[in-house]
Amino acid sequence: MEPPVDTDQEQFLEISMGPQHPSTHGVFRMNVVLDGEHVVRLKPVFGYLHRNHEKIAESETYLGSMPYTDRLDYLCSITNNWAYALAVEALAGIQVPERAEYLRIITGELTRLQNHASLIGFLLQDMGSSGTPLMYAFREREKILDLFEALTGARMMCNYMRFGGCRVDMPAGWLDQAKKVVSEFPRFLDEYEQLLVGNEILMERTQGIGVLSRELAVSAAISGPMARASGVNYDIRKVDRYGIYDRFSFRVPLGAHGDVYDRYMIRFLEMRESLKILNQAMKDIPAGPIVDPKMRIRGFRPKPGEAYARIESPKGELGFYLISDGSPNPYRYRVRPPSLINLTVLEDLCLGRNVADVVAILGSIDIVLGEVDR
Amino acid sequence: MLGEGILKGLAETARNFFGSYAGKNRLTTVQYPEQRLPQIEAARSFPFLVYDGSDSEQGMRCVACQICEKECPPKCILIKKSADKKPDAVGKPQFYPAVFDIDISVCMSCQICVEVCPFDAIKMDVDYDLPTDDRFGGLLLDKHKLAKSNEYYHQIHPTEASTVDAALAEERAKVAAKATKDAKPAAVAKPAPEPQPQPVGGESR
Repeated sequence: MEPPVDTDQEQFLEISMGPQHPSTHGVFRMNVVLDGEHVVRLKPVFGYLHRNHEKIAESETYLGSMPYTDRLDYLCSITNNWAYALAVEALAGIQVPERAEYLRIITGELTRLQNHASLIGFLLQDMGSSGTPLMYAFREREKILDLFEALTGARMMCNYMRFGGCRVDMPAGWLDQAKKVVSEFPRFLDEYEQLLVGNEILMERTQGIGVLSRELAVSAAISGPMARASGVNYDIRKVDRYGIYDRFSFRVPLGAHGDVYDRYMIRFLEMRESLKILNQAMKDIPAGPIVDPKMRIRGFRPKPGEAYARIESPKGELGFYLISDGSPNPYRYRVRPPSLINLTVLEDLCLGRNVADVVAILGSIDIVLGEVDR
Repeated sequence: MLGEGILKGLAETARNFFGSYAGKNRLTTVQYPEQRLPQIEAARSFPFLVYDGSDSEQGMRCVACQICEKECPPKCILIKKSADKKPDAVGKPQFYPAVFDIDISVCMSCQICVEVCPFDAIKMDVDYDLPTDDRFGGLLLDKHKLAKSNEYYHQIHPTEASTVDAALAEERAKVAAKATKDAKPAAVAKPAPEPQPQPVGGESR
């Protein structure tokens, strides 16, 4: 329901932020009604990047949709692959070999690291710290992308998972390189915290801004770091324990206030937890096949049925829902995108705030338009 | 103290600035067109067709089975089968592609064509320097533009190419053994033993 605002009155100004606004990281428009500097109404307009992903998937083979999932949330293609692979594995009852599970955890957590690092950089960039923090974050992200390129062949469009495992095994020396990146990462986090966590200007700009209450987070189905910043203890790695997450000890950081600062800090803490998982996972990787030997790459036809699988992607709960009618392509293919659902509370967070705060709030939600629009 | 956080942050930027003169790990910029990073072996850009020997027509491994055309997710491959047959990479008479086009403005470099190919005929290139001012023709690669030698394949993906060559050599030996066995009762129906002259480099065949 729209709030009762009469936009014809003279004191209100209706502006259109976007679709080419630099803070939106893509093509996303907000119709903002302003009373002076304050937001009285905000209507998000999206769909500029709609690519008909779900319908195209219905005419592709199951494997043929895998490279398209890379393009959903193009910052973390490996977790998208993982969610889709899990859904197909649930649909067809495929087992994943041990070694592949380890590879999935390692690449998935590396994806989380690079996503959170670049998100923090983007957020600070949006708030006006022009360039420096973003470049520091990208310097670290680059190392992880190099790892991805050495393993999967592509930096961003990895197309790495296969039903019942992973596509390629680690090349020689990859694990040592990965261990080096992981062991150097805490230094970057420490430096980065020095750089801006205690910064008074940043605190002024973020603390108490865009508060998302625990109740609203739960009732609006907010997931991922955004829900945890509001104190909702919900991490699918702990709830579902998909893959082999139950073998690793890590903690779920929770925020107390649900403001932009908490959402910003929660990413730091999550990166530290991801590093813990990575250190445990890289210690003893069992030898063995990386893909279920019964799986054939062509002619894959699951039995009729339906399946839903979800993972804790860096942005929140990423789910894939599939219905099979026994043919080589899915009858129905549906994505539950965390970015889109986290975006639904944007207006609630922005009401009464300044225009400059809208940019910070939007940045802290962590959206990728490839996933919002699909 | 108010401003302490800002000063700490500025100290950090100063450390990064001066550190970039002292250590390699803080100065990571590569002056791109002049300097280039070493090529990562697993990297992929767009597909190409492998041929053995020196003649791209004769040595083309592709047998126009059209599997990649069917499996390609964005459907960027067009294959037309030949009317006649020629010996393929292992010595069996096979069709060959009369037309093989890949529209790399549509291709999304997903590598699925490489994975489904049973003949190791299509592989991923690493060349990323492909800009052209011709939007349509320049990005539609035909058979002749796609054909690259096995030596080139060895150059860009040495590990992968060696495994492929070993598998092909095994296959060839099997075909040759079968041919000699069949040749004893009927010496007339003897296929050509080796389709290509010995290539330079690579595995011994």
